[in-house]
Amino acid sequence: MRQIDVKQITQTVKEAVMQANISLPPDIIQALQEASDKESSPSARRFLKIILENTELAVQENMALCQDTGMVVVDVELGQEVIIQGGYLNEAINLGIREGYQQGFFRKSVVNDPFQRINTGDNTPAIVHCNLAEGDKLRITVLPKGAGSENMGQLSMLKPAQGINGVKDFILKVVRDAGGNPCPPIIAGVGVGGNMEKAALLAKRALLRPVNIRNSRNDLARLEEEMLKAVNELGIGPQGMGGNTTALAVNIEVYPTHIASLPVAVNLGCHSTRRVSVEI
Amino acid sequence: MKLLRAPLQIEDIMELSMGDEVLVQGSIYAARDAAHKNMVQSLENGEGLPFDIEGQIIYYVGPCPAPPGKIIGSAGPTTSGRMDTYAHLLIAKGLKAMIGKGPRDQNVIEAMKKYGAVYLATVGGAGAYLARCIKDVETIAYPELGPESLLKMEVQDFPCVVAIDARGNDIYRLEKGAEVADD
Repeated sequence: MRQIDVKQITQTVKEAVMQANISLPPDIIQALQEASDKESSPSARRFLKIILENTELAVQENMALCQDTGMVVVDVELGQEVIIQGGYLNEAINLGIREGYQQGFFRKSVVNDPFQRINTGDNTPAIVHCNLAEGDKLRITVLPKGAGSENMGQLSMLKPAQGINGVKDFILKVVRDAGGNPCPPIIAGVGVGGNMEKAALLAKRALLRPVNIRNSRNDLARLEEEMLKAVNELGIGPQGMGGNTTALAVNIEVYPTHIASLPVAVNLGCHSTRRVSVEI
Repeated sequence: MKLLRAPLQIEDIMELSMGDEVLVQGSIYAARDAAHKNMVQSLENGEGLPFDIEGQIIYYVGPCPAPPGKIIGSAGPTTSGRMDTYAHLLIAKGLKAMIGKGPRDQNVIEAMKKYGAVYLATVGGAGAYLARCIKDVETIAYPELGPESLLKMEVQDFPCVVAIDARGNDIYRLEKGAEVADD
């Protein structure tokens, strides 16, 4: 068994959220650059240019890319040969977020209760998803998720008879309903299968995959490409200004499901889908 | 590129058309959900607003705290649709322009047509870039709301596009071949 102290987890989370909020992943920057080169609408090109300049400025000035520094989703893969020492995993994660958001001068956007709505003042708690894995490593992925895009997600329990066309229609419906709200160009995270919460988790997990990596299954990779083309033909464009860049990628994840079910969830990520993954 | 500076007159508003690129200069007021709720409550209680809204511009933003050596943190627009419930009353009181991101509902557009106001879209997610266009910041009300308090800002070359003009032309609902009202 390998021992990992909670202090190391706190430090890792703190550094990860500070990096994530300031430095956009290179695959997204590259996709934005390519979109900017291909965009036909002048207003859309102007906005894409500002978005790209923003990614450089944030790093230069050590400032948050976006004022909505999100509620932090933390995906933990815990090797089952690891023993966590000195405290509790969730507390260690929340402490890392508290320290990172303080030191990074990030906005605190979490309220204590959906009805009372009092700001917790330190951007905690995080939303932690923990899965056991083989081995003696601990992988922590942080995704500070803004509400502009998160609020535009939808889930539907389709009938199996609706099949792949039902899924395609639903993806287009969610993107169309969202329009300019989720800060396009978006990344559409799609989860198909499992049950209700599994589909939602798959959709979130799909957002963690780089935009330039297609699903390893050929049929799903083709579906991703087909849906990206269809989404971009909606003409919503960057920030809803019109144009041919509505999405940078459609990432689809699937899971076995019940004979009677065809759950599909679409979780939208904005153009500033900030993620950092670290292995301890 | 058109320049826009408050206080705005009805003539300034009528000169703007959907799709125009503008640079906002001078004073604007920053408010989002909670500040809007407070302002509208004040009006409904027959009290005044914390500032004279006639001819003014409101920017929907809740910035990050200012890092050392800076006057403000990242400060891009929030989703305007959440302010739709409140906008009608403020437009009726003289608000002439709103800055945010994303579409507005029909009630807001009707108020914009009735009283003469425009809706400007700026770049969501470009918080560091837009913070650079903000030259001064002062909290003028509701400091207890933290990132949601009501601020007065001085801006320079703040980039926007006229998303909905005072004739009701709406960039978010523009279908291919749709007619654009110009009267």
